[in-house]
Amino acid sequence: MSAVSSSRNTRRAKAGTTEAPWVRWTLIGIAMLFLLLFLVLPLLAVFTEALRKGFGAYLDGLREPDAWSAIKLTLLTAAIAVPLNLVFGVAAAWCIAKYEFRGKAFLTTLVDLPFSVSPVVAGLTYVLMFGSHGWMGSWLQAHDIKVIFAVPGIVLATIFVTFPFIARELIPLMQAQGSDEEQAAIVLGATGWQTFYKVTLPNIKWGLLYGVILCNARAMGEFGAVSVVSGHIRGQTNTIPLHVEILYNEYQSVAAFAAASLLALLALVTLVVKSIAEWRAEREQAAAASLPPERPTPQIA
Amino acid sequence: MVSASSASLTAPAPGRGRGSKRVLPGFGLTLGYTLFYLSIIVLIPLSALVFKTFTMTWPAFWEAVSAPRVMASYRLTFGASLIAALVNLVFGLLIAWVLVRYKFPGKKIVDALVDLPFALPTAVAGISLTALLAGNGWIGQYLEPLGIQLAFKPAGIVIALIFIGLPFVVRTVQPVLEDAEKELEEAATSLGATRLQIFTKVILPSITPALLTGFAMAFARAVGEYGSVIFIAGNMPMISEITPLIIIGKLEQYDYAGATAVAVVMLVISFVLLLIINALQAWQRRHAGAPA
Repeated sequence: MSAVSSSRNTRRAKAGTTEAPWVRWTLIGIAMLFLLLFLVLPLLAVFTEALRKGFGAYLDGLREPDAWSAIKLTLLTAAIAVPLNLVFGVAAAWCIAKYEFRGKAFLTTLVDLPFSVSPVVAGLTYVLMFGSHGWMGSWLQAHDIKVIFAVPGIVLATIFVTFPFIARELIPLMQAQGSDEEQAAIVLGATGWQTFYKVTLPNIKWGLLYGVILCNARAMGEFGAVSVVSGHIRGQTNTIPLHVEILYNEYQSVAAFAAASLLALLALVTLVVKSIAEWRAEREQAAAASLPPERPTPQIA
Repeated sequence: MVSASSASLTAPAPGRGRGSKRVLPGFGLTLGYTLFYLSIIVLIPLSALVFKTFTMTWPAFWEAVSAPRVMASYRLTFGASLIAALVNLVFGLLIAWVLVRYKFPGKKIVDALVDLPFALPTAVAGISLTALLAGNGWIGQYLEPLGIQLAFKPAGIVIALIFIGLPFVVRTVQPVLEDAEKELEEAATSLGATRLQIFTKVILPSITPALLTGFAMAFARAVGEYGSVIFIAGNMPMISEITPLIIIGKLEQYDYAGATAVAVVMLVISFVLLLIINALQAWQRRHAGAPA
């Protein structure tokens, strides 16, 4: 009697924390169908459209001089914007995660601001600052410095749009880790920089790597803000996304998708690096957990 | 942004507090640099925007932001963003649930792929979705004979906004579901609750703050979106013209004052949305800290 009721109880307990197989597989099926339609098909379409007329046409699309100058400008922009946001991201994360001070919540909100500002509005602010009718327009003209419709404007707009990415990746990570290890290093006589390089950096390296690569993908792919400040001068102020737009509007579909496929490949590489970084961080955490702990290691996402 | 929610799940580590300020060096340097960089990149340019509107008279400002064509663009932008965020709310929850609770082949790849809209440039998403949904596209060719046209229509805008907002709900709900205690569900079962009752009465309340945070983030992102939308929208005035495109249009006609006025409206709305998201995240933190 009791054996029967206990077996019924375990069955009920099991049923209480999961669903019947047909429910489970229906939910999995719907979720996968949604992801197939909204993520996989658009990704496949980029490469299929790019290769529609064969590999030769694909390469021709990438070989023309305008495409080359767009690639070079995109690389240059990312090479300036990402390191600047990296330094800012580390400084902001250190200051927000390691200290308590008045106005910290407000500062965190301001760091997040560029996430929610429309890229078009971001581009417009720089036109109002540096454009010919802008605040500094006449001074810049007098000194023959071009910002808007030139490379500096593109770099500035890109920095704005990718501003919070690295800080946002690091702040929760560093908050979860606390500052006990850094304090121990300081007490043992390390300088601030030594503490950062030898204690903090090894702890945050995977989160930092993902922040940098995501920031880079966004910097190379930014469209709205850059399109406002660029002026679309062929061979001079076109980044890859703007080049894609021009080709697409001229019905050069294969060339447009060929250039777009470069950015799609970059996105795929970003996702792969993210997965590797997450996997390595988890493994290091598991290794740390198997050691006899001085204190429980906080959970790191 | 992705991991924003994970911070709220972790209790503050021991050792943080007033005392650590004295021990760790670098407070002045990092705070100073953060404020300096924030000011030159974000705050001063945005204040330039606000000050520019002060040069306008109030009637001129009002006329610029409430012209019929602009009003139609607000309705479209907010309506499409709301629908897209609601779709993402439902399917984001479903995807997070499936990824956390069930085992199936290829799960790791699917999990990684969810972040694609964060990494794929918006312009690429725009032309690719347009190619899929146009009359001769992979999906469009089956919908066209049924009389359904998505590309170059407001419906296409919703599709693009679903794409770009997809990861937000998944990534905010996922960590909360992972941390949820199964003991509560077991207790509810032993008290005789059905699976559906457990979902609505035990699981849903515990993930509501995260769900709303993800929804608000997806909505805020959709309202400002430009790159993916303009390719698929058709951009017809009064019908399929989003507000960021209105700003671009005014700029191209050298109507800087008009563009700025509309941009300030957008800026105020995004700031309000950001404050709402912050309040939701604070709620989520309290929620996560309360039980256990």
